[in-house]
Amino acid sequence: MKISIERAALLRAVAQAQSVVERRNTIPILANVLIEAEGDTVSFRATDLDIEVVDKAPAKVDRAGATTVGAVTLHEIVRKLPDGALVELTEDAAAGRLEVRAGRSHFSLATLPREDFPVMATSEYTANFSAKAPALRRLFDKSKFAISTEETRYYLNGVYFHVADAGGTKMLRAVATDGHRLARIDEPLPEGAEAMPGVIVPRKTVGELRKLLDDDEAVIAVSVSETKIRFATPEITLTSKVIDGAFPDYARVIPEGNTRRLEVDASDFAKAVDRVATVSSERSRAVKLQLDEDRLILSVTAPDSGNAEEELAVAYGDEKLEIGFNAKYLLEIASQVDRENAVFLFNTAGDPTLMREGDDASAVYVVMPMRV
Amino acid sequence: MPALCRDCLTPFETGRRCPACGRPRVLSHPELYDLAIAHMDCDAFYASVEKRDNPELRDKPVIIGGGKRGVVSTACYIARIKGVRSAMPMFQALKLCPEAVVVKGRMDVYAAVSRQIRAMMEDLTPAIEPLSLDEAFLDLSGTARLHGKPPAVLLAGLVRRMKTDLGITGSIGLSHNKFLAKIASDLDKPQGFAVIGRAETADFLADKPVRLIWGIGDAGQQALDKAGIRTFGDLRRWDREALTARFGSMGTRLWHLARGEDQRRVTRDRGAKSISNETTFSDDISDPDLLDGHLWRMAEKVADRAKAKSLAGRVVTLKLKKRDFTTVTRRHALPDPTQMADRIYRCARGLMDQLPAGTEYRLIGVGLSEIVPADLADREGNLLDPGEARRLGAERAADRIRAKFGEDAILKGRALR
Repeated sequence: MKISIERAALLRAVAQAQSVVERRNTIPILANVLIEAEGDTVSFRATDLDIEVVDKAPAKVDRAGATTVGAVTLHEIVRKLPDGALVELTEDAAAGRLEVRAGRSHFSLATLPREDFPVMATSEYTANFSAKAPALRRLFDKSKFAISTEETRYYLNGVYFHVADAGGTKMLRAVATDGHRLARIDEPLPEGAEAMPGVIVPRKTVGELRKLLDDDEAVIAVSVSETKIRFATPEITLTSKVIDGAFPDYARVIPEGNTRRLEVDASDFAKAVDRVATVSSERSRAVKLQLDEDRLILSVTAPDSGNAEEELAVAYGDEKLEIGFNAKYLLEIASQVDRENAVFLFNTAGDPTLMREGDDASAVYVVMPMRV
Repeated sequence: MPALCRDCLTPFETGRRCPACGRPRVLSHPELYDLAIAHMDCDAFYASVEKRDNPELRDKPVIIGGGKRGVVSTACYIARIKGVRSAMPMFQALKLCPEAVVVKGRMDVYAAVSRQIRAMMEDLTPAIEPLSLDEAFLDLSGTARLHGKPPAVLLAGLVRRMKTDLGITGSIGLSHNKFLAKIASDLDKPQGFAVIGRAETADFLADKPVRLIWGIGDAGQQALDKAGIRTFGDLRRWDREALTARFGSMGTRLWHLARGEDQRRVTRDRGAKSISNETTFSDDISDPDLLDGHLWRMAEKVADRAKAKSLAGRVVTLKLKKRDFTTVTRRHALPDPTQMADRIYRCARGLMDQLPAGTEYRLIGVGLSEIVPADLADREGNLLDPGEARRLGAERAADRIRAKFGEDAILKGRALR
């Protein structure tokens, strides 16, 4: 194999590959990226056995072929090369080396045979559809903060991506929860997605997917089966196993009958929460909300370090209420609001609270109160 | 050389017998009146309490421990002559000493005696650091003026008072830091009083095994063996950087200990690091229902202790010991700390369910660690387990009933399994 490729194209491809590679793995080949050159493209393939990413880039292929080389090292090298450099990759099969040349720099990297590189089994996808990047971005960006990190409840370690009925209309929906807060985001259902099975997309896949979604004009080809999900742009194909487990019945968690309505500027609210929480150094900092006629008092009491209080002008017309929340959870949901006011719907101090943006029901958040 | 009669507490200058009472229990050491950090360790504490309360046991070997499957928690000095040691499996102890009287421990009585001893220590100094029911560090620095007597005299008085008032004997280690005081209390047991002065520290340690360091067990010993470190003398030949490079922060500590240096203060109530409870079954158990019953009772005991101390913990640990004595431990960090039996039990149960079914176990234990004050516990509800709030409410109600009508006034059906 012998190819010449522009540094920028190579960097983009290798960057995507090396982020999939697990930093600590015991199988040497999994640290490598498989480089395959054919025609006028070169593809870079990396896997951690759960996620596989293939990134194609145009290149001048002098000699077709394939080999594997350490992904992190190659990425570091390419990253440090000067902008605009032309990089030449030449495989020396006899020596088991890949020669990397750019200008006067020369690197010789150890390779492993391509035959050893695990290729993810192909899957029969039951649904194939196209989705616009901004739609997928909204679904995953607004839900991922609620993904659980608790490994014993592995079925919560991802975003539940599925088709749901919202008031008689079928929607494409993303739900994530860790038992303390929940995010439910809807987007119009793309054509061809009706038959999609509900799948739990793992946290790491959500992170990798994000890199495909920066371009507002991009259209992503999505393929889903019971066990796998694939996101593809013309250059990048991201294939991932989905979490094998049943996502809990989240519908019963979302309160329907909360009537006490608070409307507040989300950014003012978040800043105030952040300020009062400063006095507490506990791991979970509790903020108390005292609601009265168009008035909200936020307060934090930390026995060892002090207390803080801040008053906000809000729209609230129900009877007095005192309720506590984990400051971090409040900040996270408040930061999801970007267009209108945040609307909180409370029941009692012990019941789940619902938050949404204005009256937009396509993104709702539920948060469990905390005893204060 | 300063000397002290341990019977009548008369200080005097050199001599093999006390000039006042003529008895030979004389303690003399050049630094006797210059040292103030002490370690007091009761002699075979549980066994001594049993012998005190039941004179028939006085001349018999006595072992404190539970059931035919339990381990020895304390053996009296008569049983120790036969080779019985703490933590030895009971069957082995009885093989060595078949005539031993095995007594099931009465923890409440021991705790009461421990409190009496603690009160006597309080008379001497507020700087007391209990390590368990029967041992504690005392810092008597600066108390000589108050009591009009140097620390050595006060300590000799303490053990004398323990013996006359409580019928319990103890041994004292007196030195210039905790590390050496603890070593010293073990040198002259029972009814001992050993002193390690500053001047002799280096010579004293030189040929002693590093295993004397509290906290160095089998694994630590192996790591040190690999480095060719067996005695404190070996340790002293290492420079500080090399030790730190090899053993991390422990290396720095080892470097200091090799020189007999220990800067740790005697601190009151270090606070519990963990709360745990375990039980050894009379017969091995593999039946999940039976294990579940034990698991619940362990969780409840841990929760009871946490509640009694107003503490809670963030990490739940499950411990199981298999037939072949290999131990399995699994731990899980909760999103927010708890002191509730229900949450501890459910978490431990989740851990147990991940282990292969059908294994026979001889012991089960549940622990709670990363301890925090109770007011930080159980504040966050669980969206996905709406029943939790009700179960915790029921547990709090049951706790109130038990507080009013006694421990057995109400219990879960699960506890009867």
